[in-house]
Parts: sequence; C-alpha cells; structure tokens
Amino acid sequence: MDRYFLIISTVCFLTAVVHTVVEFRAKVFRPWRFNFFAIGLGFLFQTAFLSVRGHELGRCPITNLFEVFVFLAWSVALIYLLVGPAYRLSLMGAFTAPVVLLLQGLALIAPIDVRHPVQLTANSWLEFHASISLIAYGAFALACIAGVMYLLQERQLKTHQLHSIFYHLPPLTNLFAAITRLLWLGFALYTLGIASGFLTGHPLPRTQVVAAVALWLLYAAILQAWHLKWLAPKRVAALCILGFSAALALLWGITFTAQLNPIP
Amino acid sequence: MNFFCIGLSHHTANVATREQFAGNATAELIVRKGACCEALLLTTCNRVEVYAVSNKRVSTDEITRCLVSETRRNLRNYAPPFYRYEDDRCVQHLFRVASGLDSMVVGESEILGQAKKAYESARTSGAVGPFLHRLFQRAFRVAKQVRTHTDIARGAVSVGSVAVELAQRIFGKLSRCKVLVLGAGETSERTARAFVSRGVTDLRVSNRSFDRACELAQAVGGHAVPFDDWTTQCREIDILLTSTASETALLTPEILAPMLRERLDRPLFIIDIAVPRDVDSDVNEMEGVYLYDIDSIRSVAEQSLAMRRQQVAAAEAIISDHVTDFIDSISRGLSRAAQPAKQPSLGETSLRTSGL
Repeated sequence: MDRYFLIISTVCFLTAVVHTVVEFRAKVFRPWRFNFFAIGLGFLFQTAFLSVRGHELGRCPITNLFEVFVFLAWSVALIYLLVGPAYRLSLMGAFTAPVVLLLQGLALIAPIDVRHPVQLTANSWLEFHASISLIAYGAFALACIAGVMYLLQERQLKTHQLHSIFYHLPPLTNLFAAITRLLWLGFALYTLGIASGFLTGHPLPRTQVVAAVALWLLYAAILQAWHLKWLAPKRVAALCILGFSAALALLWGITFTAQLNPIP
Repeated sequence: MNFFCIGLSHHTANVATREQFAGNATAELIVRKGACCEALLLTTCNRVEVYAVSNKRVSTDEITRCLVSETRRNLRNYAPPFYRYEDDRCVQHLFRVASGLDSMVVGESEILGQAKKAYESARTSGAVGPFLHRLFQRAFRVAKQVRTHTDIARGAVSVGSVAVELAQRIFGKLSRCKVLVLGAGETSERTARAFVSRGVTDLRVSNRSFDRACELAQAVGGHAVPFDDWTTQCREIDILLTSTASETALLTPEILAPMLRERLDRPLFIIDIAVPRDVDSDVNEMEGVYLYDIDSIRSVAEQSLAMRRQQVAAAEAIISDHVTDFIDSISRGLSRAAQPAKQPSLGETSLRTSGL
C-alpha cells in the first residue's frame, strides 16, 4: 500500500520533468508554476508514504537504503518548497524535479527495500541524528542545484551565448546569496546531526565518524574560505557540487555499512 | 455590417510615404467623412491604420482621402500602397499588431501603449462604439497573453537595453550598483540614462575633459571623477561603461588584477563600446569579470531577435485561437440580433443596440 503513494509521488515528479523538457524543446520555457505544484503534490504523497511506513515500523522510516533515498528525496523537495518561492528561485523546480525523480526512481527500481531480519527498537537520538542529517543533505542538494544554475548562468555570461533559459534563471548575485544561505542552513543542521550522533548511546563505527567529520570539515572550509574572500563565487558553486557528491557517497557508505552491522 | 482595417506600414511603404498620411486626420473625422459607424486611427512611426465599422461597404479610396492633407488631395496618378483587411483578417491583423508581431522589431511593446492611446483618444471623441470597444479590449488581452505565455518580448535589442538587461542578469536590482561611465560621448550618455532609469543612484562620470565629465554627470544625475583616478574606482564599482577615443587599451589584466583580489566576492561588469576597444579582451578571462564589447552586445541583440522570431509560431497559435473565438462571439451576437425581439437579458443590451 505504502509503495503506491511513492509511485504516485514519483509520477508527479516525472510529470514535472517531462513538462520542463517539452517546454524547453518548444522554447517556451515557463515551467515554474506547474513545477511548483507538481513538486508540491509529489511531496504530499512522499509524506504519506513516509507516514505509513513510519507507523508500520514504529519509528522514523530510515532503516535501509530504500528508505534513506526516499527520505532524502523528501528532504530535497521540502527545502525546495521552503526556499524556492522565498528567494524567487522557482526555476529551481526545473532542476530539483530531476534530482528527486532520480533518487526516488532508483529507490523504486533497485532491490534495496530489504527489511531488517530483527525488529529495530526505537532510539529517539538515533532517529533525530539520522533525520536531521538527511534534511541537512537536502539543503546541500539544493545548494548543489543552485550551484549548477549559477555555473550555467555564469558560463552563458562569459561566452556571450545567451540561450532562452538565460532569461529565466535568477540573477547571479541572487543565486549566490541562495547558495550561501543553503550552505549555512545545511551546515547548521549537519552540525546538529553529527553532535546528536554522539548521544545515541551506541558506539559509532570509526570510519563513519571520520567520513562524516571530513564532510563537515569540507563544508566548514567552503564557508570559511568564502567568508575570508579566498574563493570566488564560481568556485564556491563548483565546490557545492563536489560537496554534495561527497555527501551522497558518504550516505551510501553509511547506509551500506549500517545494513551490514545494524545498531540494535 | 462591415468591419475592416485600411492602412500602410513599414512593410508596404517607406517613411516618406507614411508621413504623408500621418497626423492629418482624426477618428472622428473618418466617422464623419468616411461614412463609418465607428472608427479608430492608429498612427505610429511605422504605421498609419484605420480600423472602422460601417453598415455599407466603404472603399479604400474614401478612407485614404480622409487621411491625406488638403494640399495633397489633388495629386493625380498616385497610388499609395494601402492594404485592406476585412472581417477575420482584420481581427487577426489587429491582434498581431497589438502583440508586436507586425512591428519592425518583433515583440517590441511600445505598439501596445500606442494602440491603447489611440483607442482612448477615439473613445473620448465618441468615434468608438461597441464593436471597436470589444475588438480592442480583446486585442489588449491577446497582447498580454502573448507576452505572458511566450518569450516574444524577451531579450534586449539596443546597446543601452542590452547593457541594462545584462547588468540585471548579474546584479538583480540595480539600485545598489555603482556605475562608472568612462568617456562622455552620446552612446555613453544614452546608456547611462538607461541605467539611471532602472534605479542606479551611484553614477560616476570620468572623461579626459573634466568639464565635459561634469556636464554629463549633471545631465544624468551623477558626479564627476578626475580622469587620473578612474582606475582606482574599479575597486568599488560594479559596472564600468567605457567609450573613450583612446587608441590603446586603457584597462588590461595587469592593471585590473590587484584590484580584483580585493573584490573577489563581487562581479565586475564591463561594457566597452569604444572602437578601438578601451579594454583588453583578456580581461574577460579573469574570474568574476564579464566583458562585453560592441560586437558582443550586437551579438546578444541579434540572439534576442532570433529568440523572439522563434516565438512567433507560438504567438500566432494564441492569436489564431482568439480570432476564431472573437469571430464566433460576433456571429452569435449577429444571429441573436436577427431573432424576433424578446426581453433582453442583462449584458446583451449593448450588443443589441449596436446591431450586433
């Protein structure tokens, strides 16, 4: 039953992607309102899925890679719905929908929805740690998407080749303001996530801790370098993409090792 | 009932011909002398057009005689290239004109304002009746829809507007941007004015002749900066507009590099409209610097026009739907008017009295 909610949600994101592609091909690039509602609807079904799954498990539904991917997709959609309209970055929906679709599509297609052989007990600190970290990943994902938009806009301005999409992308300075705010938001949440990880009452695998702290340091370095004006906005945008790629790799590693050695 | 459009435009007549028919008539005069029930005269630098409604057919000649001045009325053997559109083609033509599809610069929005003025003027003089009222109100709606649903009006097509549009793509609101105008020529002045009209308040002008810099600064509401100090201004400014008569490049990567280190967090937009160029082209390779010379600005303008032209098909489709719908609504009005009299419902009254 819960999977139906997820399938409907994925169809909503697919519709947003198809709509963007069709509009782009027709060179009538005005996908923001449609995308915003499609993503909003997709988000509602994602929430329904997570809610049903959570009731079924009796805990926050982040117990395997499948659920982690869906929760991450939900976080990305959540941050987009909060940030997109606030900073007039509605076009971000055209870039957000494919990322969410990819995450959810992968979760649905890959055989990764493997239930734990033993019933996992609820641990509020562990659930808080995992969920807040995933929401932080959502903010990093949006920073990465804004980074892609920044580089796209910057490239067109540098080469003097202005395509239709150029006129729909937000101004460079607005995009960069959004990137820094998303980085700060993600960094604050991730700091909270890492700190709460030490309160779970269970010994944490050293590799995971080192990798998580390394990622935290990477984002701290990006923000500090920006603050000290050591990095130009273009490099910060590029590092956002690199940072999120590292975050995804870490997430996969943590979930994979957690499935091998589950915390009871 | 006949409704038609008679006119000439940049497509059919040169400016010398167009000016012979511009400014000699009013909509009221056409109603009076042209035996029309309703008339509206649309005169712009690119067109002179009469939209009219009559009970019997009015010839093109009758209308053109109203348009031409008394002194030229006796000219013989003169056949000006007037076009005539009737019924659905007249509706389609007006919708295309209002949407900027028939303009010299496709998608320009000035024509909509001119059409609104012409409508207002004709309405005030009593020359517009229920039919032209409906036709023009629909035309304004169609124009708005075309602009909203297509990219027909996107992209700038002149030096000043391209510079301003690019600046907005980089900085967003220009109210907090600092602009330095280097060189006090005519194009500089026009572009500086375009920046001021978009909210720039901190505008500095520098020129070899300080008096000329002061003069331009006063004219555009900025302040003059001595020519020797202009390079140091690059630490603070966001936009540099340069058009001096210098034979060599005034700004090179070597000069700019130390200043850029202090302003790594802020982009620098340089518009170099001088020929020969004032800014070394290698400056564009520097991080955070966006350099546009006159050729690249022209290229952007051409890209904008090409993009607008690509939107024409989408705009035509919107117009076509509206033409069909408008003609249908008029036909329904006519058939209702032809039926035996019954108590009119609210909203039908004006249509009935107009005979539609």
